[in-house]
Formats: sequence, C-alpha cells, structure tokens
Amino acid sequence: MISREDVAHVARLARLALEPDELERMRAQLDGILAYIDQLRAVDVAGVEPTAHAVPLVNVMREDAVVAPFPQEAMLANAPDRVGELFRVPRIIED
Amino acid sequence: MTIHELAEAYRRGETTPSAVAEAHLARIAALDAKVGAFLTVTRERALAAAAAADARWRAGAPRGPLDGAPLALKDVLCTKGVRTTCGSRILEGFVPPYDATVVERLEAAGAVLLGKTNMDEFAMGSSTEHSAFGPTRNPWDLGRVPGGSSGGSAAAVAAELAAGALGTDTGGSVRQPAAFCGVVGLKPTYGRVSRYGLVAFASSLDQVGTFARDARDTALLLGAIAGHDPRDATSVDAPVPDYTAALAGGVRGLCLGVPREYFGEGIDPEVARAVREAIETLRGLGAVTEDVSLPTTDYGIAVYYVLAPAEASSNLARYDGVKYGLRTPGAKDLIEMESRTRAAGFGAEVKRRIMLGTYALSAGYYDAYYGRAQKVRTLVRRDLEAALARVDVLVAPTTPGVAFRLGEKADPLAMYLNDVFTVPTSLAGLPAVSLRCGFSAAGLPVGLQLIGRALDEATLLRVAHAYEQATGWLARRPALA
Repeated sequence: MISREDVAHVARLARLALEPDELERMRAQLDGILAYIDQLRAVDVAGVEPTAHAVPLVNVMREDAVVAPFPQEAMLANAPDRVGELFRVPRIIED
Repeated sequence: MTIHELAEAYRRGETTPSAVAEAHLARIAALDAKVGAFLTVTRERALAAAAAADARWRAGAPRGPLDGAPLALKDVLCTKGVRTTCGSRILEGFVPPYDATVVERLEAAGAVLLGKTNMDEFAMGSSTEHSAFGPTRNPWDLGRVPGGSSGGSAAAVAAELAAGALGTDTGGSVRQPAAFCGVVGLKPTYGRVSRYGLVAFASSLDQVGTFARDARDTALLLGAIAGHDPRDATSVDAPVPDYTAALAGGVRGLCLGVPREYFGEGIDPEVARAVREAIETLRGLGAVTEDVSLPTTDYGIAVYYVLAPAEASSNLARYDGVKYGLRTPGAKDLIEMESRTRAAGFGAEVKRRIMLGTYALSAGYYDAYYGRAQKVRTLVRRDLEAALARVDVLVAPTTPGVAFRLGEKADPLAMYLNDVFTVPTSLAGLPAVSLRCGFSAAGLPVGLQLIGRALDEATLLRVAHAYEQATGWLARRPALA
C-alpha cells in the first residue's frame, strides 16, 4: 500500500503543490490503480527483452544542414514574465 | 457531404469551397453550443483558405481532392498564430510560433481549417470530460460522452460541423471516440505520420490519426499526412502508397482473425452481436475467418498505465511557468513557483498520471513497475505480431460498450478499462481503424475495429470500404442534424 508520506514525496519530485485533502484522495486513487497494475507481477518475464519503442529504429542520421532557427522574439513571445531578452523567474540564489 | 463528394461538387462547379466553409461555420454557430466540439473557431483563416481554393478550382487547377475540404484539428496540434490549449489551463495564452507538420501538409493540400477541437486535457481520458473548458457531448445523445480523448474531433465530424478532422491516439483516443460517435477513426502505424508539432503525452505511443465519414475520405486524409519528416526522428522513412487506389479489390481471399479474448466477459451483448454480424457480412463478401487467441490482452491496460504515465511525467515536466503558459504569481522561490503553477494549471486526471508516472520511475520502484511493464509490452507485441503472421487483419470490437453517460465513470480505473481493446494495438505500434457497424437498441453507434500489420493501413481501408459498400449504416445521421 502506498503511504501518505510516499505520495507527498512523489508530489515534491513532480513539483505539484497538493492540498492535504487532495493528497489523501490521490493516495486512495493511486492505491487502487497500483493494486490493478500489480497483476503484472504474475507474468513470467524471465529472458524477455523490454520494448521501449514499437518500431525498431537505430541511429537515425540526417545531414548536418544549417537552417534558420526560430527568431528569439518568437521564442520569448509566450513567456509569462521576461526582462529584455531573458525569461524572468523568482530569485534562486541568495544575496 | 463527404470530402470526396465535395471535391466532385467543386469540380462540377455546383458549389465552392467558400460556400461550403460558410455553411460549416454557420452550422458551428448554430449547433456547437449544444455539442461543444470546438475550443477555437478560426473563421478568418478558414475563409481566406477557402477563397484561395475557390480560385484554384475555378482555374481548373485544384491541388487535389482535399482542396477546399473543411476540416478540424484536435487542439493538441500546434497551429502558428492560433492558440493551442491541449484542453488545459496550464497553456493559458500560448500561441505556437510554428505549425505541426500535419497542419502544414493539410494546408499544402488546400484544406480549409475551421478550428481547434476539444479534448481531454493533454489527451488523458476517454470521455472528453477532463477538459478545462468543459465537456463535449455526443451528437447521437447529448446526455452521453463522445469518447476521448479526441472527443471534439469525433463529435465535429459526426455532427457534420466538419467534413473530417485530425485527432491523436495514444491508447485509443481516435478509435474509441470514433466508435462512440459512429465515424471512421484511423490510428496509423506508429511512425507513419510525423509527430512534429504534436504536443507530447507519451512519445513511444502517440500517433496522429484521422476522423472521417467513410473509408474513402480516410484514405484521402491519411495520404495527405503520412510520410517521413526529418523533424521527427521516429517517423518511418517508407513510401506512402496510394490509399485511394487500394480501396478497390474487396475482401475475397483475405483471412480475418477473430481474437476470442475480445468477446469475453465484460462486453456489452449488443456490441458483441453487432460485431459478430459484421464478421458474418465480411465472410459473405468472400473473406475467410479464423479464431485466434491473444492471451496477453488483459495485461494491456496495466502495462499502458505504467508506461504512458511514466512518459507523461517526463514530457509534462516542461510546464514550469517559465517559457510559456500559466504562472501563479507570488511565489518566494523557483520551486514554489513551479509547484504552485503546476497545481493550479493541471486538472485532476493529469495530476494523477504525473504522480503515477513519477512514482513508477522513482528510486526503488523503477524495475518493479517501469522495467517490468516494458517487458510485458514485448509479450503483448509478440502476441499480436504472431497472430498477424497467420491472418491479414484482426477484427474485433473497438470498445466493450457503447457511449456512456456524462459522469458515469467517475472512478479513474473504470474509465481506464474502457480502453481494453484499443491499448494492446498501441503498445505494439500497429495500425487500427474503427468504423460504424450498427446501432444499439437506444440508437447509439457500435464500432468495429480492424487491426493490421505494421504499415498496412491500405488493407484496413480496403476491408472498411468493402464493408461500407455492403451495408447501409452510413445513411443514418444523428437527430441533431
């Protein structure tokens, strides 16, 4: 069973600020889903290669051609906050 | 009218792309308040494209059968200069600086893009109830869901608000709403269509698919969007056949496999009966059938709900309130800003999947969940490939039941189990199409699913076309219309 502490830890990893009631509801729902997923433990997978991709692809190469990049202004246009040519975020480093 | 009928009418000069675009825009204005298929209607862009198409048809030089076709796009496909929401608040204000490859290709073919359609947030859901902008309703019964996650596109085509549409399918998000809305929904082989400009959910499974009213229109749409794209390294570099030419030929001599696990416990008897009758119809047309077994079918959902959330948790890490979309103000540091923005911007289902995926990938659980699920994925794939080595096409129901009522599947797991017949194909990367094969007693469409070999969409469309020609199901239209 997944604990409330586990859920809080995963929420921190996932950068989701969950309210206490949301945390408990999430715990109960994840518990139910994980119990269902646990049926996979009964499958014999000894010697089975994992599938990461349905289509086998190896080392897709292309010409190293010079193409026009997106203009800086187009990339900044959607920013919720910016200063000049930069994305602005809350302070990370203390003074 | 279908896309091919419209092209014929343009050719004869009976109508024009502009008149048809105006008629569709008027129909959207009159009916979409009830259906809720569209999130954004791009009236000006549509009319400008239609006027250009008028001139080409008038000059006798159309770009092809899609020239002037009024189409809709699921709002997970980037459109330059047109807001793209993914059904989420977290993308508030986001206007993509580029078009998805499939959008470029449709416009190059002359298509008239009417707008962007509603969807479950980030394509996570099977009912289009998980949109931040409210649900879409099923044109056959407004109290029922259109399916999802591409419910807006499916409903738009069913309600004749668009002649065709694009959606995306990760675990059934084109085929399941196509079944619920009684339209043709094709999920191509993984890699057949470029994912460039498709906002990522689960990258090893996501694929752009089509909605149309018949197999011929599906062939036209697929032909336009399929093909290699250097901007998507996972797109397959293989020639694109002439899907329209491949429609002819019928089913005589084809071997159809009937997987017994798709007719077991839990399937609505009305669905099972309609699908079995469809199989009899195909036999009557000269196909041979063979019973096959896909013993790993029941593991599909469990595998999918480890792998897709795991990939989603990684893909959706980009929504951090820095580069685009929503930002919750007032945070004292970066982590708090990100955590509060994501909490405010994502809906409950997206949070659940991010949590599930983060858990499955976290230290101590990776091998037990993610590693194991990837191995069982191999077994699911082998099952399907082994069956398709013996038969040409698998025939099965698309969903265990017909469209359910809004609010009926409040339990997340109950919602997930609706995808039991569509998820295995996605895990194997194989193409599959859903088409109308009858109605329930209550008048709701039933979907027949055809599953094919990798890159063999042509055979699926040939079977679908033969079935349509032999039956009269397409004549029925929702009362809304």
